[in-house]
Amino acid sequence: MSVVGPLVAVVLLVAVLGFAVARPRGLPEAVAAVPAAGLVVVLGAVTPASAWAEIVTLLPVVAFLAAVLVLSHLCDAEGLFAAAGALMARDARGRPQRLLVAVFVVASLVTAVLSLDATVVLLTPVVFATAARAGVRPKPYVYACTHLANSASLLLPVSNLTNLLAFTASGLSFGRFAGLMALPWITVVAIEYVVLRRFFATDLAVGSGGRPVATVTPDVSAVTVAVVLVTLTGFVVASMLGVPPAWAAAVGAVVLAARALARRRTAPGALLAAANLPFGVFVLALGIIVVGVVDSGLGDLLTGLLPAGSSFLALLAIAGVAAVLANLLNNLPAVLLLAPLALTLGGPPAVLAALIGVNVGPNLTYVGSLATLLWRRVLHEHDADANLAEFSALGAWSVPATLLGGVGALWVSLAVLGA
Amino acid sequence: MRKVVDMVVVVWLTEATWPACVAAVRDLVPLEAAVTLLFVADDGVAVAAQGALAGLLGRSTAPGGDPAARVRALADQAGRDLLAAAASEVGREVAVDQRHGRVEREVVRAADGADLLVLARDGDLRRLGPHSLGPATRFVVDHAPCATLLVWPVAAPEIGSIPPPPEPLPR
Repeated sequence: MSVVGPLVAVVLLVAVLGFAVARPRGLPEAVAAVPAAGLVVVLGAVTPASAWAEIVTLLPVVAFLAAVLVLSHLCDAEGLFAAAGALMARDARGRPQRLLVAVFVVASLVTAVLSLDATVVLLTPVVFATAARAGVRPKPYVYACTHLANSASLLLPVSNLTNLLAFTASGLSFGRFAGLMALPWITVVAIEYVVLRRFFATDLAVGSGGRPVATVTPDVSAVTVAVVLVTLTGFVVASMLGVPPAWAAAVGAVVLAARALARRRTAPGALLAAANLPFGVFVLALGIIVVGVVDSGLGDLLTGLLPAGSSFLALLAIAGVAAVLANLLNNLPAVLLLAPLALTLGGPPAVLAALIGVNVGPNLTYVGSLATLLWRRVLHEHDADANLAEFSALGAWSVPATLLGGVGALWVSLAVLGA
Repeated sequence: MRKVVDMVVVVWLTEATWPACVAAVRDLVPLEAAVTLLFVADDGVAVAAQGALAGLLGRSTAPGGDPAARVRALADQAGRDLLAAAASEVGREVAVDQRHGRVEREVVRAADGADLLVLARDGDLRRLGPHSLGPATRFVVDHAPCATLLVWPVAAPEIGSIPPPPEPLPR
C-alpha cells in the first residue's frame, strides 16, 4: 500500500461532501461519490474485500432508508401532515406558547418514528402555514422543527440515518437501543424547549392579536389516519420484536402504498422518486471512502485522542469529539468514522455517546462548516438576507446544553438499566 | 413636519400587533396623509429551513417540490394576506409595501423619506420597561429616520403601574 492512497481518501471525502452540498446542475451526489470510492480502491487505500464487506454491512441501512422515505411520502400524500397542522392549530387556538408545546410534541414524535427527514422536508412547511394562519410569528416554530429534527432523533434506531449506522455497528437490539436512549431523548427535547422558549420570549409573548383563527379542515378521513397510525405502530413494534427495521418499514410502505395507489393519492413514479435510490448509492460509496480515511491513520490518531471506557467524562469526551466532527464535515461521515472507533474504546455505551454528539451537534451549523460556506452561496442566489448571528447564537445555547444533558441522561440510563 | 397634505406615513405591520397600528392610523393620522402599509418577512425563517434541508444532503428534495421554496411562498402569501386584511380595515386608500430580508433594517430603509413611522410595541407587556420592546422594534425606534408613533397593542397601562422609585440609600 502506498502513502498516496490514504491521503487521497481524506481529500476525496472532503471533495465528495462539497459536491453533495453544492450539487452542480442538480446532479445526484452519487455522481461524485461512486468514482471517488472506485478511486480509493484502485489506489489501494481500501482493499476490494473490505470495500465489499462495507457494502454488505450498509445495504440493510440503505434499504431501510428507501423504505422509510416512501413511508413518509405516503403519510404526506394521505394528508397526515396537514391533519397534524389542523390538530395543532385547534389545540393552540391562537395562543403562541401553547402552539410551541403542540409543535414540540408533533415534531418529536414525527422525528422519532419517521426520521428527521420527514420533519425537515414535510412537517416544517406545514408548521409554518399553521403559525401564519394562527396569526402568530412563525420563526420560533420553524426553528423548533429544524432543531428537533436533529435533537429529537435520538430515540429509535430508525429516527436518523446516523442512528442506523451506529446501531448496525453497536450490535445492540432495537429494544435495548430504544430503552437506553429514551431518557436522553426526553431530556434533550426538554432542554430544547427551555432554550427556545427563552430565546424567542419576545416573539412568543405578542400573541395573535385576538383575531378569530382561520381554521382549515384538512381533506383526510379518520379511517386514513387510523390506517397510517396502525401501520406506523406496527412498524415500530415489529422492530422492537426483532424484525429487521428495513423489512418492517417495507411492509408498512407496501400496505400504505397499495391503499394510496388505489385511491390515486400517489403515483408509482412519485413512490420511486421518494425512495431516492441515488442517495442510497451515495451512502454506500461514502462508507467505502470513510474506510479509506480510517485506515489512513486518522483512525489511530482519533483513537489516541479519545478516552477509553464508559465513565461519564469518557462518554462526554466522545460526544464532544463527535459533535465537532459533525460540524467540521457532516454527521454522516462523522458517524461512519467514529462508530467503529467508539465501539473498540468503550463498547455500545461509547457508540451511543458518539451518536448523541453527531445528532445534536449539527444544530450549531446544520450542514457542517465546510458545507455552510456553500449554503451561504445558495442563500445569496435566493436574494435572502438573514441574520446568521441569531441562528448561531441559538445553536451556541442549545448544543452545549443538550450535549451535556443528553450524555448525563445516557449515563443515568446505563447505571439503571446496566451497561 | 411638512404640511398635512404632503405628509408621508409608513405603518409597519407585524403578526399579532397589526390591528393596533391600523386603529392608530384610523384615529390619529390625518385623512390627507399618504399612508403606506409595510410588511417585512424575516428571511431568517426560510434560511433556517434551507439550512436544515442542506444538512440532509441529497435527501432534501420531496416529490412535491423544494420545501424551502414552499416556505418562502408561504411567507409571501402570509404577508399578502396580512396586508390585505389591514388595508380593508384601515378605511381609506393606502399603498402597500411588502419586503423581505433583515426585518429591522428593511423597516428603517422603508421609512426613509417618510414623516412618520407608526409601529407597535411587541415585547413582554407584563413587565413594562426595556423588555416591552422586542429587539427588532428597539432597533427601529433607535434608528428611525423620522418621527415615530409607538402604539400599545393592548390597552395602554394605567399611570399607577409604574413601580415606586428606589428607596434612597441609608446614610
